Amino acid sequence: MKKQFKMVDLDCANCAAKMEEAVRKIPGVQSVTISFLTQKMTIEADEDQFEQIMKQAVKACKKVDADCQIQL
Amino acid sequence: MSRKQKKTLYRILASGILLVVAFLAPVEGWERFGLFLILYILVGWDVLWKAARNIFYGQVFDENFLMSVATLGAFAIGEYPEGVAVMLFYQVGELFQSVAVGRSRKSISALMDIRPDYANIQKDGQLVQVDPEQIKVGEEIWVKAGEKVPLDGVVLEGSSFLDTAALTGESVPRRAEPGTQLISGCVNQTGLLRVQVTKTFGESTVSKILDLVENSSSKKAKAEHFITKFAKYYTPAVVYGALALAVLPPLILGEGWSQWIHRALIFLVISCPCALVISVPLSFFGGIGGASKQGVLVKGGNYLEALAQAGVMVFDKTGTLTKGEFQVTAVHPNNVDSQRLLELAALAESYSSHPISRSLKEAYGKTPDSNRVSQVEELAGKGIRAVVDKQLVWVGNDKLMEEQKVQWHPCHKVGTTVHVAVDGVYMGHILISDQPKPDAAEAVQALKNLGIRKTVMLTGDSKAVGEHVAQELGLDEVHTQLLPGDKVEQVERLLKEKSPKEKLVFVGDGVNDAPVLSRADIGIAMGALGSDAAIEAADIVLMDDQPSKIAVAIEVSKKTLRIVKQNIVFALGVKGLVLLLGAFGMANMWEAVFADVGVSVIAILNASRALRT
Repeated sequence: MKKQFKMVDLDCANCAAKMEEAVRKIPGVQSVTISFLTQKMTIEADEDQFEQIMKQAVKACKKVDADCQIQL
Repeated sequence: MSRKQKKTLYRILASGILLVVAFLAPVEGWERFGLFLILYILVGWDVLWKAARNIFYGQVFDENFLMSVATLGAFAIGEYPEGVAVMLFYQVGELFQSVAVGRSRKSISALMDIRPDYANIQKDGQLVQVDPEQIKVGEEIWVKAGEKVPLDGVVLEGSSFLDTAALTGESVPRRAEPGTQLISGCVNQTGLLRVQVTKTFGESTVSKILDLVENSSSKKAKAEHFITKFAKYYTPAVVYGALALAVLPPLILGEGWSQWIHRALIFLVISCPCALVISVPLSFFGGIGGASKQGVLVKGGNYLEALAQAGVMVFDKTGTLTKGEFQVTAVHPNNVDSQRLLELAALAESYSSHPISRSLKEAYGKTPDSNRVSQVEELAGKGIRAVVDKQLVWVGNDKLMEEQKVQWHPCHKVGTTVHVAVDGVYMGHILISDQPKPDAAEAVQALKNLGIRKTVMLTGDSKAVGEHVAQELGLDEVHTQLLPGDKVEQVERLLKEKSPKEKLVFVGDGVNDAPVLSRADIGIAMGALGSDAAIEAADIVLMDDQPSKIAVAIEVSKKTLRIVKQNIVFALGVKGLVLLLGAFGMANMWEAVFADVGVSVIAILNASRALRT
């Protein structure tokens, strides 16, 4: 399943790259791109555990920059 | 500027003034330390806070953390003003950066400002505005002058001119009348139109285009991947370098600690790869935005990057280089006047809806009076036989003339020849052909000037027609009478022949060349205005079907790559230089701050040039 989420207050480009890297490592994530410019995350992951994966993704992003919020 | 940015600006201004005051204040020792410490906290509390929080999460190579270490380090070795000033300038740079990025982002989204906010529907005799997503296929909407067309549809009533500039880059308005297919995203300029919706909002052109452009940043160019990878190693390398610089020389050479710590702090200030990480994707984003302003939709940074290396350009003929519509291009009568010849042909063909009959009727100019025609018989693969004004008329190809033993002669021009005979007597022939698009020859020339080594045309059409068009347009190679599968084979062969550095581009109308579009390195489709298949299959879509836009796209691509290269060389050059000077004690904190945020700002400003084409 492929979904797009808005990322509010994504302030630094390097953080976006780090978040992308961190989310990619979550098991079950097939592909992910975080665009600093459009402030969006496009994620493709297994459908049956999507919610679980998104929870982990939020956690992983929080670790990189706690100010940035993913709108689920 | 956003509110957050304004607040930061005021804080920076206030602390700047206070810094000057503190610098001049006649205080010594602990009082001086206290004064600068208060100032330092005022300028950098948010950076310090973020640093502390991120360290808690284990982010050692976080830019806030490194900046905090650098400035606190300056305090530790007694350089109070420097510590505060570096933090201050870091904040100035960050603010600049966020404003510049915000601005480019805004100008790109302004380009794509085609999303309609509402649609007008009639309810109890009055027009009300509703969300376009709620409108179903078949419903009627009204589009007033000055409004955007919210959904694709057909005009039922009214006439107007439409501004399609946002979609195609074309400034000449298009006419809309009852029966005209409307594309969402166009702006209705003059009259009121009643429109029957043919596609839901999600399926409408405007949604598709917006999706495409917004998703384009998820297909990253090689240069972007390089930068992200580079950034991953750059920061740790510089930080370890700083550590080594601070510890090793004093231990080995036995020199003073503070001098070497100072040099190490300079390293920390430069350790963020921000300039590159922002400016490279921003350049591609800008390039894609700039191209879309010209009516060229690029589906990703990777395609924009690859386009600059295009070496072989393969074209489909019909609908791509030619208009894809048949037109009477010559009338060669035999002992009658040409209007009479056209009249005979148009009358005989009056009941047919074949494209050739249509073009004959169009050339005739009047509506043929079908009362004058009787006993029409279509002869498959040959033509038509009909009785016109009590005379037996034959209209058709060479085969038909042979069969009827008419004294005919072939046409010296290339195209589809339609012969006319009345009661067995040859009346002459009419030539029907598909005309090249007005800008096709110019487009091929422009591509050659841009360094395209080889231009090839592939067509299913006959040898004579194909070779004639290829010659007229100045193409290097032509292959005719190809079936769709043969086209794939030809492209495979060309892919094998080209050098590995070059890219092969296939340009088609997207109707039945999806396999070739996907096989080529880059697929460019025509006919996006209306054709979903084209948007789907291609990597680049020309919104207004003009082949000359390919050259425009290549120019945008080359410009974007130039900017990307400039930024990489500039940012790495300056950072490398300051690192080197810093290691030998010849650079100060100020230069380091410039190498960090100053370079970022310059690179961002340079990147925003990609947007202007």
